[in-house]
Amino acid sequence: MQSRPNRRTVLKTAALATTTVLAAPYVRGAYAAGKLNLGCWDHWVPGANNTLTKLCNEWGEKNKVEVHIDYITSQGEKDKLTAAAEAQAGTGHDIMSHRDWNIRIHERVLEPLNDVADQLIKQYGPISPVAEYLAKIKGTWRGIPTTVGSQVKPCQSRFDLYKQHCGVDLQDMFPADESKYDKSKTDKWTWDLYLECAQKLYKAGHPVGLPMGQASDAVDWVGALFNSYGVVFVDEKDNIKINSDETRKAMEYLKKLMAVNPPEVYAWDDAGNNRWIISGKGSAIMNPPSSWAVAKRDNPDVAKNIWIHGMPKGPKGRFVGQLPQFYGLWSFSKNKSAAKDLLLHISQKSSVAQLVQASVGYDLPSFKSMYDIDTWKTVEPPKGVVYSYPPRGDEETSMFGKPARSEVGAQMYNQAINTVMVAKFTQGNEKLDDVIKWAEKELEGTLRA
Amino acid sequence: MADTVHSSWVPRLQGARAASAKFGFQRFMRRRSTIAILMCLPLILIIVCLVVYPAFYSIWLSMLNKSQTRFIGLGNFSYLLSRDVFWMVVQQSAIFAISAVFFKAIIGLITAHLINNLPTKGQRKWRGMLLVPWVIPLALSSLGWWWLFDPTHSAFNWVLTQFGFNEIPWLSAPGWARFSVILVNVWYGAPFFLIMYLAALKSVPDQLYEAASIDGANAWQKFVHITLPMMRNIISITVLFSLIVTFANFDIVQIMTAGGPRNTTHVFATYAFLLGIRSGDLPLGAATSLFMFPILAIAAIFILRGVRKRGREIG
Repeated sequence: MQSRPNRRTVLKTAALATTTVLAAPYVRGAYAAGKLNLGCWDHWVPGANNTLTKLCNEWGEKNKVEVHIDYITSQGEKDKLTAAAEAQAGTGHDIMSHRDWNIRIHERVLEPLNDVADQLIKQYGPISPVAEYLAKIKGTWRGIPTTVGSQVKPCQSRFDLYKQHCGVDLQDMFPADESKYDKSKTDKWTWDLYLECAQKLYKAGHPVGLPMGQASDAVDWVGALFNSYGVVFVDEKDNIKINSDETRKAMEYLKKLMAVNPPEVYAWDDAGNNRWIISGKGSAIMNPPSSWAVAKRDNPDVAKNIWIHGMPKGPKGRFVGQLPQFYGLWSFSKNKSAAKDLLLHISQKSSVAQLVQASVGYDLPSFKSMYDIDTWKTVEPPKGVVYSYPPRGDEETSMFGKPARSEVGAQMYNQAINTVMVAKFTQGNEKLDDVIKWAEKELEGTLRA
Repeated sequence: MADTVHSSWVPRLQGARAASAKFGFQRFMRRRSTIAILMCLPLILIIVCLVVYPAFYSIWLSMLNKSQTRFIGLGNFSYLLSRDVFWMVVQQSAIFAISAVFFKAIIGLITAHLINNLPTKGQRKWRGMLLVPWVIPLALSSLGWWWLFDPTHSAFNWVLTQFGFNEIPWLSAPGWARFSVILVNVWYGAPFFLIMYLAALKSVPDQLYEAASIDGANAWQKFVHITLPMMRNIISITVLFSLIVTFANFDIVQIMTAGGPRNTTHVFATYAFLLGIRSGDLPLGAATSLFMFPILAIAAIFILRGVRKRGREIG
């Protein structure tokens, strides 16, 4: 039989319940500092995501924050679609990784991160100019460069074929030790020598494979070449500068270079050049070490003859296309201070070293002071293959669209105005003046407010 | 006294009103139209949330500036009209949709006739097999086609070279790339025409053919004077439906060429994706996608007017 509660029991229970409710927020539970949701780029290297998860979980346990990570693929731009949806809806993850121009695109809903960036710059020195161009908008950092997924696209060549058919020793030119770089040797590696070798390799049945579609690999290497010829599309003050002698020289050069590429390069996506070198038919591409890593698994004979090295030098210098990624903190995040602390944690050199190791050297931090991480020296075969993957010597990073305002640059880059222009001239055989006029008109469009 | 009378009939009147309201509500609920509306309500809600609201939102979006902070009226539309690339997209979309629908209709008509003339026992097997392209998810089959057309390792080119022919730049030359995306669209969409035409053919009364045979009509005359007139409404509706779907196609072009080479295979949807999502200009992307609307609306008005007219004639 159940006893009826008397007045005293009721009062006692109510007092106990009230105390519990009031005290609950102050109880230090397992995740007392709340929750953080991350939407991160899904790495193509097996196991690389695990290292990031491990780093975040370690930080979460130490700081009593529950960290949840969704890895979102960039296939079909799914990551960009997710970011666009979250930005419009004003809800979603707290931290989101953004590729290339996405920080600029979503700047209105991204939290200023100057405190985090300043702290990192204080610790590790200047951030790469390309990363700064993309993430620092009107003096405010809206994103922090990530190590995961950030990349440059240097030359990746079959050194055996270069030796055999061109008499060029790439390993000697770009040894796996920066202190042994000899300026008299690296200065010889110019776009003219590149063309000369490409012609010989074409005749030998091993053409170089330089994409000329509208995907980022194509836009990046063409952007780097234009930079090394001093071509400016639009300057900082919105002046269209494409109609220049530099442009004409670069275009005439590209006409000769594209003639010794396989005709299908105009249809290649970002995987086209990878497949070209892995197949064993191609002699050189411009890409991060992902193609070498896949060749190591699928075609080891090719992998052991690959050497990653500096880009050719042009009249205005040596440039390599860079494509950094960033972490952005949405302004609608509920746990901003914890998010900033996590960003600082995963940007520390000790964390970066683990991430670089997990990606077999593919992931590239945006701080030059971190380029001494051991992974790039030790990865093989051949030993030192990825040593020159981080820009070394006189090599500078470039981004097609720079130095225009970043909202203008984003349009230029994503609409691949540079490669369409080259394809019109080299594949479509349109007159150079007409092509330049077309580009001028397209660039006018990008300046629209 | 008067008060007494009044006080006695007022509650009765109220009761009668309540009973009548209850009865009226029951009658209202029993009406076929009410039941129909109630049953359609979930669907109407879904359409309002997922079609009507996004449509009006995209119209609103298309009239904002790039950063979505200022109303600019038709600024995005006039900007698009001044771009060469946009006009190329208009031209390519028209070529893509019209040629694909034309070939789908022709292939669908021929195969429907062939199947209709098969013995009933064998028809089901052929119908099932020919429907396969339409049943496979489009993204998956486009990927399969992309492998067949792969710029470097195309299976078709391998076969061609085995027979001593030159390789074809399926996806790297503008003309061939256009051909390839149209071919895949025809392959995917023809079964829809087939099944619709087959259903229409089955509904043509045999007596008409028998009477024509007695009058000495040959097969072509039967087709032109009996089959085609009896199928005209189905053909019109199928063409309209397919035109709408083909104009709005995204998957095939995005997977196979992503609009390249040199923007020559972009259609409205892929170009809108490039401007809106990849380049971060959502208002301009919305404006691009809305250009399809007047074209399709005009086509729909003409086709549906013809269908109604013929319906009245038959009725």
